[in-house]
Amino acid sequence: MARTIIPFGPQHPVLPEPVHLDLVVEDEKVVEARPSIGFIHRGLEKLVEKKDYQEFTYIAERICGICSFIHGQTYCQAVETIMNLPVPPRAHYLRTIWGEFSRLHSHLLWLGLMADALGFESLFMHSWRVRERVLKIIEATTGGRVIFGTCKVGGVRRDIGPEAAADILKELDGIESDMREITRVFLKDRSVKDRMCGVGVLTKEEAYELGCVGPTLRASGVSQDMRQLGYAAFHELRFEPVTRTDGDSYARCAVRCGELFQSVDLIRQAFARLPGGDIAVKVTGNPNGEHIARTEQPRGEVVYHLKANGTKNLQRFRVRTPTFANLPALLKVLQGCELADVPVLVLTIDPCISCTER
Amino acid sequence: MGYFTLTRLALKWALSKPVTTRYPFEPRQPVPGSRGELAFTKESCVYCNICAKKCPTGALVVNRAGKRWAIDRLLCIRCGYCVESCPKKSLSLTPSHGTIAITKDREWF
Amino acid sequence: MSTEVVCELISADCLVDRVRALKQAGWRLVQISATRLPEAVELTYSFDRDRRLANLRLLALSGGPGIPSISGVYWCALMYENEIHDLFGVVIEGMAVDFKGNFYKTAIKHPFASVKPPAAVKPAAAKAAPPSPVPVTA
Repeated sequence: MARTIIPFGPQHPVLPEPVHLDLVVEDEKVVEARPSIGFIHRGLEKLVEKKDYQEFTYIAERICGICSFIHGQTYCQAVETIMNLPVPPRAHYLRTIWGEFSRLHSHLLWLGLMADALGFESLFMHSWRVRERVLKIIEATTGGRVIFGTCKVGGVRRDIGPEAAADILKELDGIESDMREITRVFLKDRSVKDRMCGVGVLTKEEAYELGCVGPTLRASGVSQDMRQLGYAAFHELRFEPVTRTDGDSYARCAVRCGELFQSVDLIRQAFARLPGGDIAVKVTGNPNGEHIARTEQPRGEVVYHLKANGTKNLQRFRVRTPTFANLPALLKVLQGCELADVPVLVLTIDPCISCTER
Repeated sequence: MGYFTLTRLALKWALSKPVTTRYPFEPRQPVPGSRGELAFTKESCVYCNICAKKCPTGALVVNRAGKRWAIDRLLCIRCGYCVESCPKKSLSLTPSHGTIAITKDREWF
Repeated sequence: MSTEVVCELISADCLVDRVRALKQAGWRLVQISATRLPEAVELTYSFDRDRRLANLRLLALSGGPGIPSISGVYWCALMYENEIHDLFGVVIEGMAVDFKGNFYKTAIKHPFASVKPPAAVKPAAAKAAPPSPVPVTA
């Protein structure tokens, strides 16, 4: 049978960010997919030689627009561990709250993009309408809609007062009921299920061996969530990782829908236990040492490997983002699929390519 | 498992006011607390140059001898580092987006 | 935070055997990281099991022999190895899928292959030097 090579990307309506896949196709069935990346490579890892380590928080936040807060938080955590800074507990709780809001907005964005990939435009608009309510809370408390700018080495820069907290919790009830309406459509509608059930199945062993992280791993039955490591305020909050066992695209969608409500619950728990006190600690001196920090981004586990040698600039800054770890799973899942399923499969691992190639 | 599960939501929103703002016919209400345009108070500035040193993008320029202060609006990332470090509190971030920049020059005060 | 960088320095010949033993014990590959040192590239392999991290470290001397690939054990390692080859110029032999330098499309080849020693970098030169700010006198 003759093989055709169809280029997918870098410009494609379904992709939030450019990635290029050469699909080797035999009569509408994809036999192999060859990726090539590098369209958003900005060389941020080399920039660490020029910007000093406190200023670098801004760069770390701007690695990605969707998962920006947790990038900044992980960077600050890594530097604070190297320097042994006693970050106040209120700062930890505030970071947790903003991190969970970041997860809410990222998952709602993904749900909208998934509906768009299926062609369900009105559901796409409804998901993003709910996301606007989340972004309004974020803008009122941090000052920015996607780039929060509140994390700094030593703590956070802004505080949330008690009246603001009460307003947020009231608004969160409204957001939660809105989310119940749209997730009901995602999980129960016949047209959505037809496109997603049974598409792109990853078994438990395959997912673990290929190094998948995040919802891609949890949808195949492995209960692993980096928030169980207990960083920030997570060692005092109670939650269970959301898992499913089917391992297909529908399961991954269901895991992300479940995590929406888990985030709302975590925010409520964090506000109930928010301690008083300072929000930041003064930072003097330079870091010296090495640390690997791991946190849970909306897409999975992000690993920050920092090396410092006592000067103002870090020696090495290495980010291993979750999408980079999920790319092998994408290549595996694309083998043998139909050509019309390719957009659904590419979106189901939640690609954030600007994170992947910093 | 259902068909047309979006009907209830679609009908509800077909009968209510749109949630989007008819910009530019209706003005956008800035969210209080948002980080927008940088505002400079010339009277309290002592031209110490701390803000220009702290700025991560190099958007601020201070001429101590001529007592001039300039900002490049296109380079400013609204981080607020200068606001925190100004000893005389002459800088603040307003919630509005600011006007459109027509040229790439710095704005001198 | 329970992750400390507990590193074990090994040599390139026992790399594949150690990795195979880790895989059989149920560890998963987390990342392969490369740091450019003045005389070599230092590779760090991180593995995770039950939220504990184990690291293996080895040095790839510039101009020295190639590093064996572990993609026969962990297929997903080929992404990291291709990226390290494309960015740092390290020669890795026997990758399961070898993109031959086409994985990462950058304008210059091996952009991270050179590093300035930290002491020589002047932080003040980093910000774009503002132009001479003397306008017409006010």
